[in-house]
Amino acid sequence: MPDKTFEPKIVAFFCNWCTYMAADSAGVSRMKYAPNARVVRLMCSGRIDPQFVLDAFAKGADGVLIGGCHPGDCHYQEGNYKTLRRVQLLKRVLKEMGIEEERFRLEWISAAEAERLRATMNDMVEKVRALGPLRLSNKEVMREEVAV
Amino acid sequence: MSDKPKVAFYWCASCGGCEETVVDLEEKILDVVAAVDIVFWPVALDFKRKDVEAMADGSILAAFVNGAIRTTEQEEMAHLLRKKSNLLIAFGACAQLGGVPGLANSWDRQALLKAVYREAPSTVNPEGTAPQAEFADHGRNLTLPTLFDTVKTLDQTVPVDYFVPGCPPTPKLLLQAVQTLLSGKLPEKGTVLAPDTALCEECPRKDTRPEKLVIKEWKRPHQILIDPEKCLLAQGLLCLGSATRGGCEALCVEGNMPCSGCFGPTSRVRDYGSKALSSLASIVDSKDEAEIDKILAQIPDPVGTLYRYSMPASPLRRKKLEVH
Repeated sequence: MPDKTFEPKIVAFFCNWCTYMAADSAGVSRMKYAPNARVVRLMCSGRIDPQFVLDAFAKGADGVLIGGCHPGDCHYQEGNYKTLRRVQLLKRVLKEMGIEEERFRLEWISAAEAERLRATMNDMVEKVRALGPLRLSNKEVMREEVAV
Repeated sequence: MSDKPKVAFYWCASCGGCEETVVDLEEKILDVVAAVDIVFWPVALDFKRKDVEAMADGSILAAFVNGAIRTTEQEEMAHLLRKKSNLLIAFGACAQLGGVPGLANSWDRQALLKAVYREAPSTVNPEGTAPQAEFADHGRNLTLPTLFDTVKTLDQTVPVDYFVPGCPPTPKLLLQAVQTLLSGKLPEKGTVLAPDTALCEECPRKDTRPEKLVIKEWKRPHQILIDPEKCLLAQGLLCLGSATRGGCEALCVEGNMPCSGCFGPTSRVRDYGSKALSSLASIVDSKDEAEIDKILAQIPDPVGTLYRYSMPASPLRRKKLEVH
């Protein structure tokens, strides 16, 4: 049974030139969408170190969303391709670590795609809500079974 | 009683390779013994836990503890040696980062015991005997340490002063560490007592590494005839030297094998595995998602490869525990 009071915490890493602009435009257009994301603006999705993603999950995020420019549109030419490669490998690592794939997403959202941003955010929040909290808190991670 | 500084060696969850390093000091061990008294070293000398308990707190100059912490006994010994020692040194990859035993964090205790005591093809256990923490036999009560669900590093258990990396550390690093501790000029707490540059810096094949290195196909050592002169990464082998701290003097590369990362990260990196992931994935030579996946599929076990020595030290520490 999904917990109805549960509000997923999503950490969203958006690139300065495309996805953050889309979020800005969604705001200016007064679009309504799930308010669950804590947005971190970076100059390029290529700046997103896989460490950031693991840290976000370890520190309580229920989902991590990366937003970058569409392939071919990177302000720095190649940054988003590097992101794509890292994300594809990171997805396999996260899956093996028991983190469901719906919790980690990479989406290409251009500055003109505020509607796509709104839809992505709503969709991700609903999927993570259905999964429930990640429950990776340090206390549980360090659970020790003393009794046999 | 001599007034030489006292040193202790202990092992927790490890293979014994770090103890080999002490033996591999060869005749230099005489210099070490001339300078210090070894007051505890279960693998070689007959001292017991009660002997350590009888020592005054802080009376040992330095305790070199190798191995990860995964049983109640290892945890108790870590606390005991912390109390009795002025300096506690995490010696080797398992104590520093969790090491190979840390890969057990992909399972939990129940799954491990089931695999070892019931399911392994070589296991013959018709009565289903499993380890017990307590056992009564002829009126005597025997106790055994119990296993944790999660393997921990030494500094996730007790505060650690210094780290010596490696699987195992080289005798040279051990000797330097002992000399540093004896010199009284102590580095900042938490220092890893090894060079703080990537292995590539000291690699004999450094000059053969191309300016722009890209990979169309990852290869495993048994699939190709490895060129003994050329950069291993440039040959498509998964060499982790670029993400790994130097100090081993490229021992594996000298043996024509790629670096597997046992010296862990440099001081600028918090999580070894994700940095190694970052560097390997970004040089994949494709912009097409399907092709990228095809190339990355040639890395068959990403967690076991990237976190071979460091899963307990990663931010996630372990595979998510299923709530039983």
